[in-house]
Amino acid sequence: MPKINLNMITQRSIEEGAAMEKGKTNPDYFVACSICEMNPEDMKKAGIWKNTNIRVTSECGTVIVKAIEPTQYCPPGLAHIRQGVWANQVVPPRTQSTGTPQYSGFPVTIEPAPSERLKTALELVQGAVGLWKGGQ
Amino acid sequence: MPKLIKGVGCPYCGSSCDDIEVLVSDDETKILEVHNACIIGTNLFHHANDPTRPKLPRRRQPDGTMKEIPYDEAIDYMAKTMLAAKKPLIYGFGSTNCEGMSAVARIAEKSGAVLDNCATICHGPSFLAIFDNGYPSCTLGEAKNRADVVVFWGCNPMHAHPRHTSRYSIFPRGYFTQKGAMQRTVLSIDPRETDTAKLADVHLMLDQGHDYELFDAFRTVLRGHDIPDVVAGIPKETIIKSVEIMKNAKFCMIFFGMGCTHTDGRNHNIDAAISLTRDLNEHTKASIMAMRGHYNIAGPGQVWAWQFGFPYCIDLSKGTHAHMNPGETSSVDLAMRDEVDCFVNVGADAGAHFPIQPVQHLKKHPFITVDPNFNMASEISDLHIPVRIAGVDEPGVVYRMDNVPIQFRAVIKGLPGVPSDEELFNKVYERMCELTKTEPIWLAAKEDRRYPESEAVI
Repeated sequence: MPKINLNMITQRSIEEGAAMEKGKTNPDYFVACSICEMNPEDMKKAGIWKNTNIRVTSECGTVIVKAIEPTQYCPPGLAHIRQGVWANQVVPPRTQSTGTPQYSGFPVTIEPAPSERLKTALELVQGAVGLWKGGQ
Repeated sequence: MPKLIKGVGCPYCGSSCDDIEVLVSDDETKILEVHNACIIGTNLFHHANDPTRPKLPRRRQPDGTMKEIPYDEAIDYMAKTMLAAKKPLIYGFGSTNCEGMSAVARIAEKSGAVLDNCATICHGPSFLAIFDNGYPSCTLGEAKNRADVVVFWGCNPMHAHPRHTSRYSIFPRGYFTQKGAMQRTVLSIDPRETDTAKLADVHLMLDQGHDYELFDAFRTVLRGHDIPDVVAGIPKETIIKSVEIMKNAKFCMIFFGMGCTHTDGRNHNIDAAISLTRDLNEHTKASIMAMRGHYNIAGPGQVWAWQFGFPYCIDLSKGTHAHMNPGETSSVDLAMRDEVDCFVNVGADAGAHFPIQPVQHLKKHPFITVDPNFNMASEISDLHIPVRIAGVDEPGVVYRMDNVPIQFRAVIKGLPGVPSDEELFNKVYERMCELTKTEPIWLAAKEDRRYPESEAVI
């Protein structure tokens, strides 16, 4: 299976902000944040079709998100998951002694995972602390 | 007759727009229309109408479900849990008013807690740089009226502060900037071509994480020295051209954001930015400002710095004096080292916005959320206490990103029985005093707030 190593940043977007203010369990929040923007060139290299699911793995975690073409141009080598629950599954908590985690600029491995399912925000967070009572 | 309330403050981003108009129903319980706000602010106000908003605290049961309990029981649980903890952590305050921040300080002191706010995962590194290097800043009004060169370094206001460009930085016509956008030159430094970069006259698409080198290159050119042909992926000519633009400005305004503080270098990036501003002042007038994320996230910096001497990461567990050392007393680091044994999340969502590992560590101990809405933190909490929404159904003082205080108003009546943050924390404090058999200490200046019905005040 082809893979690609990219530099990940997680930052704000207005879609995320607008959806967050409707509530984090709102479907809009799921649509806005469970995506990874990456350059079409990089998608090609890793054998990823746009709008299909991918597995993003960092030094501290892994998450399934949907690969999309950038809404704001992203150069090859860089990937962007909007700030939120999905991004924070892979953000390293190392802080360089400042208290601020490495939200931007950490290495990730991205591989196609078209048959994997996207999890909801609640499933990810409650699942991480052993409270998720829903199905798989 | 629905009422149109003018001059309403928007409790979302650091721009703290205070020109919002809100149309409310006759009985002042529903928001019908929101004018002037961006889409995020509009959604925020409309979300207050949500009929499913929690009206009672919810306590987690042994089977994992949540059960509604009365406020007194929740206050008792919160007071007892915090007193029993050796080192509770109180985090959040992105979305509350200054009155709430001031009130929480009493319970933090009483329980020997660590008091931290959202800056710890946001502009905390900026604070560190400001301590080291000063903060040659100004107000947003000055930026609007004077700045003819605006630099957005690692920030994307079109997405994070949607009305920032139209109210303060690019488009508005000011006293010395009467031609508005026509008169302003905009530089954007960002590794992506963001929607802000598209508005810019010059976009320096640097290699991600190389902000420090680029700041240094700017300073080197400004001081008349030579630089390598390419720095951080930017050709020398572009850097020289950008420095010339900044140098020849009448007033150069640098806004910086998460692109500098979330990436490698952290506070050192901001340090370089501040030094660049200082260097620019040898040639022209220049100023710098942090793009603070929330409408009142500058508030805890003001309130707690006044109360304890530090803006964030305040460790009160020594009992005698406050101590601040980010990296040691910051929320994420404390959580990762398992140093706290109770977590109180106020007006923020640590569940969604902390990396997931610190959340897992914090969840080993009692986890309390104080927030008007359901969010990820409330859904993993042992106790969720709903409060009124500051700026929507609770008035209060907020500090805009330029540290200008603004009195926000309430536009609708709060849900019956739901307290404000300040009222809730005062009750928890009183309960803590009862439990420890001590007398509550209220500041004299606060008497009228504490006992508004007392005859002495009226």
